[in-house]
Amino acid sequence: MKVIVCVKQIPDPSVPGELVGPAHTLQREGVTLVLDPGDEFGVEAGLALAESQGGEVVLVSMGPERGADALRKGLAMGAAKGILVSDPGLAGADALTTATVLAAAIRREGFDCVITATESTDGYSGVIPQMLAALLEVPAVTFAKSISLQDSTMRVKRQTESGTEDAVVNLPCIVSVTAGVNEPRYPTLKGILGAKSKPIETCTAESLGVALTGSTQQVADVTPIAARGAGEIITDDGSAAAKIVEFLTTVKVL
Amino acid sequence: MALNTILVVAEVHESGLHPVTLELLAKARAMGTSVHAVLAAASDGDTLASELGAHGASRVYLAENAELGECVGGFATAFAVRDAVAQCSPDLVLFGQTYHGRDAAGCASVLLQRTVVSNIVDLESEPELRAVSTVFGGTQRVATAVTGPAPALVVVRAKSFESAEPGSGSAEVVRLSLDLPRWVKAGRVAGRADESASGPKLEDAPVVVSGGRGLQDPKNFALLQELAAMLHGAVGASRAVVDAGWVPYAYQVGQTGKTVKPTVYIACGISGAMQHTVGMKGSKYIIAINKDEGAPIFKLADLGVVGDALDILPKLIAEVRSRAN
Ligand SMILES: Cc1cc2nc3c(=O)[nH]c(=O)nc-3n(C[C@H](O)[C@H](O)[C@H](O)COP(=O)(O)OP(=O)(O)OC[C@H]3O[C@@H](n4cnc5c(N)ncnc54)[C@H](O)[C@@H]3O)c2cc1C
Ligand SMILES: Nc1ncnc2c1ncn2[C@@H]1O[C@H](COP(=O)(O)O)[C@@H](O)[C@H]1O
Repeated sequence: MKVIVCVKQIPDPSVPGELVGPAHTLQREGVTLVLDPGDEFGVEAGLALAESQGGEVVLVSMGPERGADALRKGLAMGAAKGILVSDPGLAGADALTTATVLAAAIRREGFDCVITATESTDGYSGVIPQMLAALLEVPAVTFAKSISLQDSTMRVKRQTESGTEDAVVNLPCIVSVTAGVNEPRYPTLKGILGAKSKPIETCTAESLGVALTGSTQQVADVTPIAARGAGEIITDDGSAAAKIVEFLTTVKVL
Repeated sequence: MALNTILVVAEVHESGLHPVTLELLAKARAMGTSVHAVLAAASDGDTLASELGAHGASRVYLAENAELGECVGGFATAFAVRDAVAQCSPDLVLFGQTYHGRDAAGCASVLLQRTVVSNIVDLESEPELRAVSTVFGGTQRVATAVTGPAPALVVVRAKSFESAEPGSGSAEVVRLSLDLPRWVKAGRVAGRADESASGPKLEDAPVVVSGGRGLQDPKNFALLQELAAMLHGAVGASRAVVDAGWVPYAYQVGQTGKTVKPTVYIACGISGAMQHTVGMKGSKYIIAINKDEGAPIFKLADLGVVGDALDILPKLIAEVRSRAN
């Protein structure tokens, strides 16, 4: 089976972000791009499916060309190849444009199953998987907490507002996975070395037949929000519990 | 910019309307000339429609269909949204940022060929329609102008607006016959499990006692339960412990969990990562217990206690109990 996993390359989340330029876009210059840690769960889920059924995982990503390095991590984990849609016209693309481009690349590649995370760590628009389902017109099970596949029937436990739901769906389908759905594997040394020679195919929006229209959203204004001041800090000398009770009494919850 | 019609996408939760639906209706009434709602429900359509009317919707587009009970997620709702938009041509469509709302919004975006803006915490209509979100752990406020052909599709986080008490209004009900494509009906729900805890809801509780990885072991959450019960509060958690499977997702506070604004928030063994604090920094008072005096949570605590939560919590429970007696 062919499993497509959508992965995003994001500015290293351990480096504090900054909005720059007249369009207030996230500072990307000089910031290393890494595989979105949330997407490691998707890669792991894809690899587990492909290993259980026989088949391969293809990574699909949209982002700047230098982000190819971030895809290598997914290849090192075991994906067979990467497809990177990279186009200067896609800088600052809105969610629908992003999904349209990803769907075009996925459609061209063909798939039995598409896996995404539920939201990206940098943009967290959290609607791309749903858009992909509507664009590709295949059923989607979003917010998966566990997945199992038998023959071509997928059983997914999904998170809902009030608990969980057991969903049953046949391939082809889309699944968005929550963090914690599995334990992403660490790339082995052999995997890391092997990833260097795995193919990463790059293409443009135009080559996928997607016409780019201008964005309908512009950042108009960015203002700092006043920080909450810190209050009293005490070190527990055995009396902290009493101190907390006193505080609770003062603010009248006790 | 004056907004004419605003369409609120309603969501059912337990047996009534989801709180975020009521919050959106209150905001829509303050912003728009006319407020309509759209609802796709398996049953109880008329009761829910009258509840929507009492909260200010003058018209409800209702798609009631028993089949919806088996559909997975919020995709079917998007088709009701598409049909309602065709009938009332709104300037703005508001979705709640819930699981159901995100499915509905993403899918509706494709059906209507308009992008969506999500994670919105405020809306402005002057000088143009602007959707406000916060970035970098709620330290910066970003107002995004939404231009282009109507409608604008906006996904709003729960607790961004205050809901209003129901009034005497009633809604005209317009029935939609949903024509769902095969792919939406292809997945089905085989079973459901409820994880909601007893006691006050996390979102509404006046006191929230939250735990993180610093509690060391899932069984120590019993301490939080005990304390919360005595304070008429609810238990929350960091994502680290939710991902580790210690407590259900319903407990998660933060960027990808719930936003809470209790009178008192007690963070036990939580470091205070910005993805956590963005969901609780609106609390009136914050108490933090953490072993590490450098933990970022102390930057927002009104009372910060440097110490071992496993040592302090039992004593705190005993003290509170002796007060109560
Ligand atoms: C896209 C994205 C979304 C996220 N969304 C959320 C979200 O919605 N909610 C959320 O919470 N997180 C979220 N996170 C995760 C967040 O970044 C942190 O990793 C998480 O909040 C850390 O949880 P923690 O504080 O329990 O664990 P840790 O960061 O490991 O902190 C544990 C703390 O416990 C203290 N401690 C240890 N032992 C004791 C003891 N005996 N007594 C007292 N203190 C002790 C330690 O000093 C430490 O400060 C998100 C991350 C990403 C990337
Ligand atoms: N530019 C992108 N390239 C590849 N996958 C993406 C991209 N943007 C979003 N995704 C996928 O969609 C998920 C949800 O992202 P988002 O809706 O942007 O929060 C991510 O976790 C990825 O799996």
